[in-house]
Amino acid sequence: MDWLPALWFILIAVLWCGYLFLEGFDLGVGMLIGLGRNTEKRKRVLLNTIGPVWDGNEVWLLTAGGATFAAFPHWYASLFSALYIPLTLVLVALIFRAVSIEYRGKAKTARSLKLWDAALGYGSLVAAFGVGAMLALTTLGLPLNENGDRVGGPFAWLTWYAVLGGVAVVAFCWIHALAFVRLKTDGPVRERAGTLFTRWLPLAVLPLVAWVLIVLLENDSAVGWALLAAAALALVVSIATARAGREGVSFIALGLMLATGVAAIFTAVFPVVLPSTLDPAFNLTIYNASSSPYTLKLMSIVAAFGVPLVLAYQSWSYWVFRKRVKEEHIPEAHHPEPIVK
Amino acid sequence: MDALEIARWQFGITTVYHFLMVPLTLGLGMTVAVLQTVWYRTGNEQWLRMTKFWGKLFLINFIMGVATGIVQEFQFGMAWSEYSRYVGDVFGAPLAMEALLAFFVESTFLGLWIFGWKKLPKLVHLATIWCAALASLLSAYFILVANSWMQHPVGAEIIDGKAVMTDAWAVFTNNTALITFPHTLFGAFAVAGGFLLGISWFHLYRRRKEGIDSVDAQGRVVVGEDLSKGKNRDKTDYQVWIKSLRIGAVVAMVSFLGVALTGHEQAKLMFEQQPMKMASAEAACHDGTGFSVLTLGDITTPGSTSCDDIVATFELPGLLSFLANGDFTTEVKGVNTLIPEYQEKYGKYYPEDPNFGPYAGQEINYLPVMEVTYWGFRLMITLGGLSAVTAALALWLTRKGTVPQSKWLSRLALLSIAAPFGANSAGWIFTEMGRQPFTVAPNPQMGGIDQVFMYTAASVSPTVSAGEMLFSLITLTLVYGVLLVVELVLLTRYIRGGIGAAMPELNETPDTKNPDGSGHDKNDDGDVLAFAY
Repeated sequence: MDWLPALWFILIAVLWCGYLFLEGFDLGVGMLIGLGRNTEKRKRVLLNTIGPVWDGNEVWLLTAGGATFAAFPHWYASLFSALYIPLTLVLVALIFRAVSIEYRGKAKTARSLKLWDAALGYGSLVAAFGVGAMLALTTLGLPLNENGDRVGGPFAWLTWYAVLGGVAVVAFCWIHALAFVRLKTDGPVRERAGTLFTRWLPLAVLPLVAWVLIVLLENDSAVGWALLAAAALALVVSIATARAGREGVSFIALGLMLATGVAAIFTAVFPVVLPSTLDPAFNLTIYNASSSPYTLKLMSIVAAFGVPLVLAYQSWSYWVFRKRVKEEHIPEAHHPEPIVK
Repeated sequence: MDALEIARWQFGITTVYHFLMVPLTLGLGMTVAVLQTVWYRTGNEQWLRMTKFWGKLFLINFIMGVATGIVQEFQFGMAWSEYSRYVGDVFGAPLAMEALLAFFVESTFLGLWIFGWKKLPKLVHLATIWCAALASLLSAYFILVANSWMQHPVGAEIIDGKAVMTDAWAVFTNNTALITFPHTLFGAFAVAGGFLLGISWFHLYRRRKEGIDSVDAQGRVVVGEDLSKGKNRDKTDYQVWIKSLRIGAVVAMVSFLGVALTGHEQAKLMFEQQPMKMASAEAACHDGTGFSVLTLGDITTPGSTSCDDIVATFELPGLLSFLANGDFTTEVKGVNTLIPEYQEKYGKYYPEDPNFGPYAGQEINYLPVMEVTYWGFRLMITLGGLSAVTAALALWLTRKGTVPQSKWLSRLALLSIAAPFGANSAGWIFTEMGRQPFTVAPNPQMGGIDQVFMYTAASVSPTVSAGEMLFSLITLTLVYGVLLVVELVLLTRYIRGGIGAAMPELNETPDTKNPDGSGHDKNDDGDVLAFAY
């Protein structure tokens, strides 16, 4: 059963990939609404592109976290406790993001609408940054002692790598959201997203590429380099098709770029799940951080049943809501009149 | 306060808060599914209105449960890393399953339900709310399996100093979980029942006060209507509230019965599995058979453990034995008997181990904070009973079709909303505080020190500082406080808005293509979204 930890390593990489792909555009759309300048109607067009699906997408994060807990308790415990302060901020950001999606339409005054927009925008931004920083650090290392506990105080995690990972995911979410919005809306919103996407795509993925490169330079891996080449190819395809106005293809190609990029990172660091910058002997690997073969086997059976099912009904939900959202689709904002005081 | 104490406060505050939203989500979700089913089968508009109104309140509350739920999953790793390392092999599995098998279904199908009106065929749309509601029950099962394992670890043994799962079947059919699950669900349905009852009472009361409904000489309702407010105050509106009220009252009463029966079974198990928890719930210092109704003495001083000073002033003889064993004579072990037993089995002092931090080598206090367990237990039962009494009273008072025009009684309706929430919180605080000083309580059937159990003192993240914990405690508490106000303001606004608040289409000119606001609309390209954020 030696291959079980490796299988779970792959599965967790897949879960993070799914999270970044699906929630990536949710977080990006949140930033576009909250931090960009748009008319109220256009903001609502943006919001309704993710309206029916964002909550299901967020569960990928919970599943990635839960699967890490179940399959690699030491990875989960060391990473999450080391990043105590930033994860607190991510949690607050995710809370504000979720609540403002549901509640912003219920705001009665311009002032409260502005507050909800700020909560949505900054919530999405901070969540994306924090998740990016966390993923960068789990691939590039934290100062951990022999027990896997963080050494060096509450801000020991704050390195250039963390900033790079944070910026990479923020930029990716933003550009990915533009590709998504271009595909899911019509009218001026679609045009504007198309222009921005085509113009900024090459620049926006640079930090992501830099992160992959640093990981590959630190952990030489032939397969990793090959995957990076594939990512570069996907990027070129995405750029070319974006210019040609092939919205669907460029969106998918960008997604493939993400998938191959994440695969390159995880391939390169394998079998280390969380390196210690103090001593390689303290590294957490798929062998010393994993659960027992019994638990991994149980979880494998559950995943073999559960993951395809999730993919099936989530795809169906995207199919149900496949139509582009237009400004004329958006009903007038409705505010309940108190019929009783 | 040290890091451990702050981490405990944080876990307590965030969990109790999260569990204000959870029972309402569980109970109201099932309620809405049933209401929509009745509408689907009868086509009667009153059921559609009920579906939409209670569905709206359900959603306002649901999102808060989602948002605060993420904190729960993350804080095991963040604040309780040693706990996570020790139990991850067993405890992580139900958490991962909860996300993969329940949360995905819940959130995806709820998205389909919210946005799927008009878009999906009626039956498929009905199925989406059932999927979401049933998935929320499934999620409750998984998280209670995890919690029950902390109360009563089974199916695991210690290998290399960590708990390792050896029997998944035992973990997932833990008798503690199998009884806690229905107990929690009945508790959740009691919350939903009280919620329906209280809010419907308010609307019926207002209808009477505004002179829309009145009563005849026999006290029977004479339903009227006031069409100046659109359809918000028509005759169907009356039907919505009286039916909701009576359904809510019946649900609350049946749930109380369920809570009591399952609670009794649970208590019997707990006397076996965590005798100290039950002894301290009783403030039972000495062995005996009587259930204390009121105990005075030293348990009123904070953190008291000096058991011998307690003077039980009013006891019901035999009742304690009934709770524990179902008879009236078996002696139940008191705290003074149990403490030496625990000390003998698990040690008198915490091990000299760095994971225990400042607690290493200190004497172990096996007695939970008695004032919390004693009063928590009684508060749970009292509030639960109170909500059942209120529900019975409401059923009787509305037997002639509407509520009495009494301001005093309408305050009772508020109580019927609040009491079940309070009972749920009190129950959880009791059972979690009663498990102390353990995060994973030892299973007395399994033997001593070599078995699976874990002290709270050794569970906390070793290098996370008290300052960090304090930062997150203050931040989360403030955020939660603000959001509670927001949620209450929104709920109140939608409650006061009545049916029209949840159904804007009610007071608009009817759509000729889809007069009932549903059904499969194949040519919807030019149409406005049935629902949009």
